[in-house]
Amino acid sequence: MENKRVNLDMKQYGMFIALIVIYLIFALLTGGKNLTPMNINNLVMQNGYVVILAIGMLLCVLTGNVDLGVGSVVALCGATAGIMLMDLKMNMWVAILAALCIGLLVGMFAGFFIAYLGIPPFVVTLATMLMGRGLTYTLLQAQTKGPLPTNYNFIGAGFLPTYKIYFGDGILDLVSIGVAIIASVAIIWAELKGVKTKKKYNFALAPAWQTIVKVAIELFILWFFLCKLARYNGLPFVLLIMVILIAIYAFITTKTVAGRQIYALGGNRKAANLSGIDTNKVFFWVYTNMGVLAAIAGIVLSARNGSSTPKAGDGFEMDAIASCYIGGAAVAGGSGTILGAVVGAFVMGVLNNGMSLFGWSTDIQKIVKGAVLLGAVTVDVMSKRKKN
Amino acid sequence: MSDYILEMKHITKEFSGVKALDDVNLQVKKGEIHALCGENGAGKSTLMNVLSGVYPYGTYEGDVEYHGEVCKFHNLRDSEAKGIVIIHQELALSPLLSIAENVFLGNEQLSMKGVINWTKTRQRAQEMLARVGLENENVNAPVNSLGVGKQQLIEIAKAMAKKVELLILDEPTAALNDEESKKLLDIMFELKKQGITCIIISHKLNEISYVADAVTIIRDGKTIETLVKGVDDFSEDRVIKAMVGRELTNRYPVREGVTIGDTIFEVKNWNVYHPDDAERQVLKNINIEVKAGEVVGLAGLMGAGRTEFAMSVFGHSYGQKISGTVKINGKEVNLHSVKDAIDNKLAYVTEDRKTNGLILIGDIKENMTIAARPKFFSKRGVINGNEEILAAEEYKKKINVKANSINQVVGSLSGGNQQKVVLAKWMLTQPDVLILDEPTRGIDVGAKYEIYCVINELAKQGKAVIVISSEMPEIIGTCDRIYVINEGEIAGELTSAEVSQEKIMQCVMAHNRKDDGNGK
Repeated sequence: MENKRVNLDMKQYGMFIALIVIYLIFALLTGGKNLTPMNINNLVMQNGYVVILAIGMLLCVLTGNVDLGVGSVVALCGATAGIMLMDLKMNMWVAILAALCIGLLVGMFAGFFIAYLGIPPFVVTLATMLMGRGLTYTLLQAQTKGPLPTNYNFIGAGFLPTYKIYFGDGILDLVSIGVAIIASVAIIWAELKGVKTKKKYNFALAPAWQTIVKVAIELFILWFFLCKLARYNGLPFVLLIMVILIAIYAFITTKTVAGRQIYALGGNRKAANLSGIDTNKVFFWVYTNMGVLAAIAGIVLSARNGSSTPKAGDGFEMDAIASCYIGGAAVAGGSGTILGAVVGAFVMGVLNNGMSLFGWSTDIQKIVKGAVLLGAVTVDVMSKRKKN
Repeated sequence: MSDYILEMKHITKEFSGVKALDDVNLQVKKGEIHALCGENGAGKSTLMNVLSGVYPYGTYEGDVEYHGEVCKFHNLRDSEAKGIVIIHQELALSPLLSIAENVFLGNEQLSMKGVINWTKTRQRAQEMLARVGLENENVNAPVNSLGVGKQQLIEIAKAMAKKVELLILDEPTAALNDEESKKLLDIMFELKKQGITCIIISHKLNEISYVADAVTIIRDGKTIETLVKGVDDFSEDRVIKAMVGRELTNRYPVREGVTIGDTIFEVKNWNVYHPDDAERQVLKNINIEVKAGEVVGLAGLMGAGRTEFAMSVFGHSYGQKISGTVKINGKEVNLHSVKDAIDNKLAYVTEDRKTNGLILIGDIKENMTIAARPKFFSKRGVINGNEEILAAEEYKKKINVKANSINQVVGSLSGGNQQKVVLAKWMLTQPDVLILDEPTRGIDVGAKYEIYCVINELAKQGKAVIVISSEMPEIIGTCDRIYVINEGEIAGELTSAEVSQEKIMQCVMAHNRKDDGNGK
């Protein structure tokens, strides 16, 4: 058999390119203010929880639904942790565990109504949104609880250990550089291994130049990012959480039976059922999982703020949902990727960040974000229509 | 002027090169009940769609003359304006709206532009209901509070509200029981008295001989003949002969080298009740068995209960209060979920591939491996993607799926290739027993042949194959043995040596008569 060639699917990278373009536009508009190491660091820390929520939300969106309750669950779990730490003087780990359990319970509650009683997710999660918010206000007696202990705040505001040296007019963290080197080796190794497997099974390969360009861009982004962080204060702990979650969920959605079942359910529920997939079970776990991720986001947010407030996470569900759609997930379900949702979350983040630096008010920011969401989905829908 | 209200002359309609109608003529006299008969896919519905403007003027050849004028309908509204109303098999009622509102849906009684006059609506609805024998119903009740039979009558009332002159009923009794059917047919006599002309499409020949004044038979998109009551022989046998009297050419590949083994699939005393109605028994005491290497057909009319049977066996995917036993490879199995069925080597290739079989936005590989994945393409829940690609490539080649690659989106494939993907999906689960439900519906002759070849290949491998098909020639051409199912019961069993389309129809008719006899 001759060696087949296929082109890389550019659509997969379209959102990446859009993100870079938006970033560069703001670099121009703000005179490079958004390129500073500190700003890059803020970008990661400010968007950590949206990224975490977008990961969970993507699974809901894959089923063709959304979870409106996540913002409230974020607040509720933050409040739980705050009360455990401040009022009950509990150990940090106990507080974290309690917050995760609350998220799990809310998720299971929603999942039960959706999967086993057949109540539409929109209604169920609208209910958890209201109930969660009300419960948070009740628990916190409408007060902000803080400041939370420093060891807890580390989760949201801390950095991984660093080894700083003086470099040029500033400092450089060698740990970050080390991570960049290891990651680079991993990227190249994974690519080579992929090529080798494809050759072994005689699968189609992308042309060498495309692969090289792809890897080069990946490495450039990696180094740009990590060098900037190295120049500031090293790797934020939130980044570690994000990377681990992204890796786990990217693996689940692409490589596991359970993950593909979500896609099958979203693509055609009847066909999925008749193919031996217990779609009720899938629904249950998708929403349960969303609860747990919302809890993680709640912990990260309260730790970053150093306090639990009843208003926390207000409107986060919309940011998470928008991230998924901007990242190319289909509104009807069955299509979308974790990486897409993450990129979508960063598009939102870069827009927020850039517009703030540029001095636009949050009112204007909302208009722009709304327009970007509408534009991204319109482009997506139109491009699909043309193909058919 | 002639006494024909409708003359359709030399109608030819093509779908991308395939002639669905070929020089069809239909003449309907004013005030008569005219039946239209033919097998599934003969072109009856296409003809009615031409008449009602669903296929607009200009997309077909020939003329539609109504009251002696040539009609140029562009949509349903045009034909309705002339008093031609079609009632489809699927009810077009909005279930939660009131009876009165449904009767005037799309034809609202207005007091001024855009504002509904409810008093008038209710009054007029009452009048319309009286004309179809439903004067005792409350016009304010939601339509879904009525049974299917009465809903069908509401459809007729709705047509009357549009000042219908020519009423077309597409299989109006398909979903009705005998009593409801009788009532509906009697209403048709009533309509006739009121001067309304009716065209009825039906498979139930006993009903046609009861109600119709004339019957036109269509076969393979051509008019065969028109029989008139009192002039021609109007017996069921005569009609059946005209309906099916075609020669079978070698459209079915010969099955060779198959050794028929032991019975490996057995269903005994299978009883199933309707999923929404625990009182309604859908399947009664079905017993079937299939041997290894044997291809067995389930014949019957639409709605006879064949799909319901297959789905209820396949992991209780249909119905409730299911009782009976299933034996696969001699062992009694409990198939409570689709997963159980797959694990016990039973596969069911669903009818209606787009709704039930495929993830249209997914690619070929994804669709092919989805059912077999937990068992054959994964380890502790992690997918072996490379094995999947190999398997998909193998089956793509094996059953000749025409596509650029296994990454092509299934929604972009032709019907025949989509059907092959569904087949591959179930072959990959390595079943011993396969139930194929309408495996060739809506696909072209060439692809049909290839599917038959796959069926032969499966038989050769010693699998038990059950084919459900509404196309009788197909069942006869592919099966070793045939069970005729009618109204949820086995109406007869025929071997390939004795089977003919007439025999199948006779089985159905005999069973219907027996039922009628019991019922009254």
